[in-house]
Amino acid sequence: MHVEEKLTAETFPAEPEKATLEGKNKFLGFWFFLGGETVLFASLFATYLALKDSVAGGPSAKELFQMPIVFLATMLLLTSSLTSVYAMHHMRNFDFKKMQLWLGITVLLGAGFLALEIYEFTEYVHEGFKFSTSAFSSAFYTLVGTHGGHVAFGLLWIITLMVRNAKRGLNLYNAPKFYVASLYWHFIDVVWVFIFTVVYLMGMVG
Amino acid sequence: MSTLARKKGVGAVIWDYLTTVDHKKIAILYLIAGGIFFLLGGLEAMIIRIQLAVPNNDFISAGFYNEVLTMHGTTMIFLAAMPLVFAMMNAVVPIQIGARDVAFPFLNSLGFWLFFFGGVFLNLSWFLGGAPDAGWTSYASLSLASPTHGIDFYVLGLQISGLGTLIGGINFLVTIINMRAPGMTYMRMPMFTWATFVTSALILFAFPPLTVGLIFMMMDRLFGGNFFDPALGGNTIIWEHLFWIFGHPEVYILVLPAFGIFSEIFATFSRKRLFGYSSMVFATVLIGFLGFMVWAHHMFTVGLGPIANAIFAVATMAIAVPTGIKIFNWLFTMWGGSIRFTTPMMYAVAFIPSFVIGGVTGVMNATAAADYQYHDSYFVVAHFHYVIVGGVVFALLAGAHYWWPKMFGKMLDEKLGKVTFWLFFIGFHLTFFIQHFLGLMGMPRRVFTFLPGQGFETGNMISTVGAFFMAAGTIVLLANVVITTVKGKRVGNDPWEDGRTLEWAVSSPAPEYNFAQTPLVRGLDAYWIEKMEGKKGLTPAEPLGDIHMPNPSILPFVISLGLFVAAFGFLFHQDHAWGTPVGIVGLLITLGAMFFRSIIDDHGFHIHKEEVMEAEKKGAGA
Amino acid sequence: MKKWLRNWRLVSLVSAMALLLAGCGKPFLSTLQPAGEVADMQYKLMLLSTAIMVIVIAVVTIIFLYVVTRFRRRKGEENKIPKQVEGSHTLEIIWTVIPIILLIILAVPTVLYTFKLADVKPMNKKERDVVVVNVRANLYWWEFEYPDYGIITSQDLVVPTGERVYFNLKASDVKHSFWVPAVGGKMDTNTDNTNQFFLTFDDKRAEEAGRLFYGKCAELCGPSHALMDFKVKALPRAEFDQWVEKMKNAKPVASTDPVVKQGEEIFNKSCIGCHAVTPVDGRPEQARLAPNLAGFADRSRIAGILEHNEENLKAWLKDPEKIKPGNKMTGTYPALSDEELEALTKYLMTLSVQ
Repeated sequence: MHVEEKLTAETFPAEPEKATLEGKNKFLGFWFFLGGETVLFASLFATYLALKDSVAGGPSAKELFQMPIVFLATMLLLTSSLTSVYAMHHMRNFDFKKMQLWLGITVLLGAGFLALEIYEFTEYVHEGFKFSTSAFSSAFYTLVGTHGGHVAFGLLWIITLMVRNAKRGLNLYNAPKFYVASLYWHFIDVVWVFIFTVVYLMGMVG
Repeated sequence: MSTLARKKGVGAVIWDYLTTVDHKKIAILYLIAGGIFFLLGGLEAMIIRIQLAVPNNDFISAGFYNEVLTMHGTTMIFLAAMPLVFAMMNAVVPIQIGARDVAFPFLNSLGFWLFFFGGVFLNLSWFLGGAPDAGWTSYASLSLASPTHGIDFYVLGLQISGLGTLIGGINFLVTIINMRAPGMTYMRMPMFTWATFVTSALILFAFPPLTVGLIFMMMDRLFGGNFFDPALGGNTIIWEHLFWIFGHPEVYILVLPAFGIFSEIFATFSRKRLFGYSSMVFATVLIGFLGFMVWAHHMFTVGLGPIANAIFAVATMAIAVPTGIKIFNWLFTMWGGSIRFTTPMMYAVAFIPSFVIGGVTGVMNATAAADYQYHDSYFVVAHFHYVIVGGVVFALLAGAHYWWPKMFGKMLDEKLGKVTFWLFFIGFHLTFFIQHFLGLMGMPRRVFTFLPGQGFETGNMISTVGAFFMAAGTIVLLANVVITTVKGKRVGNDPWEDGRTLEWAVSSPAPEYNFAQTPLVRGLDAYWIEKMEGKKGLTPAEPLGDIHMPNPSILPFVISLGLFVAAFGFLFHQDHAWGTPVGIVGLLITLGAMFFRSIIDDHGFHIHKEEVMEAEKKGAGA
Repeated sequence: MKKWLRNWRLVSLVSAMALLLAGCGKPFLSTLQPAGEVADMQYKLMLLSTAIMVIVIAVVTIIFLYVVTRFRRRKGEENKIPKQVEGSHTLEIIWTVIPIILLIILAVPTVLYTFKLADVKPMNKKERDVVVVNVRANLYWWEFEYPDYGIITSQDLVVPTGERVYFNLKASDVKHSFWVPAVGGKMDTNTDNTNQFFLTFDDKRAEEAGRLFYGKCAELCGPSHALMDFKVKALPRAEFDQWVEKMKNAKPVASTDPVVKQGEEIFNKSCIGCHAVTPVDGRPEQARLAPNLAGFADRSRIAGILEHNEENLKAWLKDPEKIKPGNKMTGTYPALSDEELEALTKYLMTLSVQ
């Protein structure tokens, strides 16, 4: 199928993200990109695990973490992953408005997560847990902060796509874009699940 | 350059190259940039060898020597070998698989410009307070102690150029999976394409650990991090692990394409199909896989304990098996063939004994207990130069001569090519063979001088003489390039006459769209098959029609420029008030350009059928 | 090195290798002239691997030379199309299996020796009866502490021959690596942790090498990395014990020579903040900023590299930067007049424990 074809709900393909060669390339390339990102986060995790007890007199994980906030943030991000699934469901059904709606909810939830994370970080800094406090603090902020940076970039990306395409609706040119953005969002979510487990839960246990 | 470009003014040509997304032009950009960095790295090598020619030499100072030695290694690996490999990949792979371009032409251009700006950034350190001086491995305790901004240039420059490499890797993975012509099954792909495929996968998984290591070092040096500061709980061994988890696969990232280039050349100039093609594919994949399992053999003396050392020793030895398979397959490709000793073939033939020496000393290094003696001595220097020069540089020189006509439409002069070869070949062995013995005799590596009376005098002098031979060879090569560009005659599709793969079926250089009609591939060595059946061209897989092409774009240049600016800002943010604002402006330039890329639709354009027919007629007449 | 050497071809090759390589280098420095148990093991492994590798190279070279001479395109063959052979399973199995066998032959002793060389149990026993040296690497000098005797020296390591000497290795500023090529492979001195290993100095071969082995820093550590040498005096056990006793009881000898006295005053004013002159130094290592100079007059080199004489000592004291760029001594003391130099030199040359 061709990129510039005008489509209706009937002619819209079942997998619009892979209907064109460009789409297929984007789909596959993005999966590879996520593969690279996985290695990147794996390296960050490994370092974090190696340094998590090196508090050098500063606060330790157990003394520091505020689980209620983190739990709330986790819930927001997990839910946002679900809402982005809804959005993709509507994309495949060629229902642009509902897709935009669910993407909007995803963005709100993601922004909520990010706000909580920023609040959490400022709290920690107030408690004397700065980036330069210890090897543990550097590793913590770098790992969690890199994830936070990904969330922020994802938000900018999805908002740009929504605004750019608000007036013209879905087509085979932008469907793969929406799709890979949601893929990215899922990836961020999965990484967070690991952060929540490895950093926060294991940190609470000690 | 195409006839179209010659009519344009200089400004228009430059603009054309700044904005091009055509893989063939990007290949030329990689070749020029990589070539310049290669000369720079070579110059640094000459300074090293002159300094070490005699004991207690004071040609350069100790501190400057460390800068030169660091930049020699860093430049040669990241800024010369990598881009030159990418030059070959870009010039050849899309045509070899019967594609009109790579999967992501825009990203292809972005990859180049990121590499280029990263490399320029790194080299600006020479003029801005001093180059990095902790070796290309930049081990954490020393690199944190380094007083100048050199290491910061290293960290940020490599970060930017590494990003470009990663993008390039993903691009080739998708290109090879999705863009192959009909009939080009995986097991019909030319060996160079296979090597590119595996190398790209290695890039994808090896570069992120380097990225992370560089982030840590940037944090430690510029933003108050403590990853590598033992006083605050940090651990310098983490850097060593991250660096070598990247660094070892990097060796295979370079050498697998070299293997691929030689596989093509052996087959072509023996007039025989590659012996044991499927086992060659298998060996390539296996080498790529094992390449990730062996990084700690660079760290045998760090004190990881006998269990880790033993495991990594045995794993490392295992790599010798698939590599050996390759060597014998090449020998038996020539066996029974009809060998023609062209310049590329000379390099290929010389590669076998040279690389075998590098390979077996690799196995010697793998024997952990004995490596306690070899490690960080000149033995190791000799070993990896045998692998990198005897393997990769020979391959790049061979590949450049082999595909020069395909890239530029003119043959490099064969006589001068052979002069280069002999000078380089003799110089190479003269320089590095003796270094094995220097190492065993107790000479540590990375020394800016040595004292008399330790038995190192003769060996070092021989080594320096050899280096001058290599330099002379390089000068002849440059002369050859100039002479060819000025005087060379245009050549047809298949100038070597024994071409086997698809790139030899299209005109030299290939037209913008590569194939007027996507070819139908009917087996390994697709073009050879057609030739043997007496056909002149390829069997088309589609009727002649309009051809869809991507639009050129300046955005990749701007995105990279933004990061370049940002790196400057952040590098100086502790010294100057303008640092942070400039850094932020740079990032905004990058993000802004990405934003434009996102919101501006780019559907590309079409070359119409009639224009294609016209161009094909001209191409055939040329 | 027993059963895997039964193969006579390997044996003969190994001995040929040994003959060829033994002439290389200096006995006090070359790994090819091993002077102790550790270096011997490593040398054997070198010979074995070299022998195997020479076999590989020989096979490849023979095939290679045959192929490139026999199958070159000759006149009149311009149009010859050779048979397009796909491959051969038999051949491929051969060149997969034989290398595997060769590698196993190499892997077994490798693993064995790797574990043998890592055996540092005797030094970590509560009641140890072995010589242990704490090596601390610093920007361009080495400190050797004998925890069991409570003495410290630097630059010239003194060890007994004929027994395993154990080492604790670490660095105080940046990473270095401790290497005495003729006696055994290196081990890194990290900034994060302490590494342990042992070396053995064979008495007879130490004698042949002049009882003074050369030691090197093998990890790039800054501008003067190349000059971060040290020496190892390998003495028979009895002499070593004597040396230890002398060190333990060393006391500064009051000199009557006025020049030496003046030198001592200068030293006490400008140098003693970093340099100790008695081998018993109770200060923590962070405070020991410079080489301990007890027994300085008995050392083999000035600054680890220059011939040991007054002229070189003066040159060093006058401008250490010129001799070891980047060292930590430059600029830490006021400029010295020629007279002061003379006095300081005379004083330092009296620091003997012999």
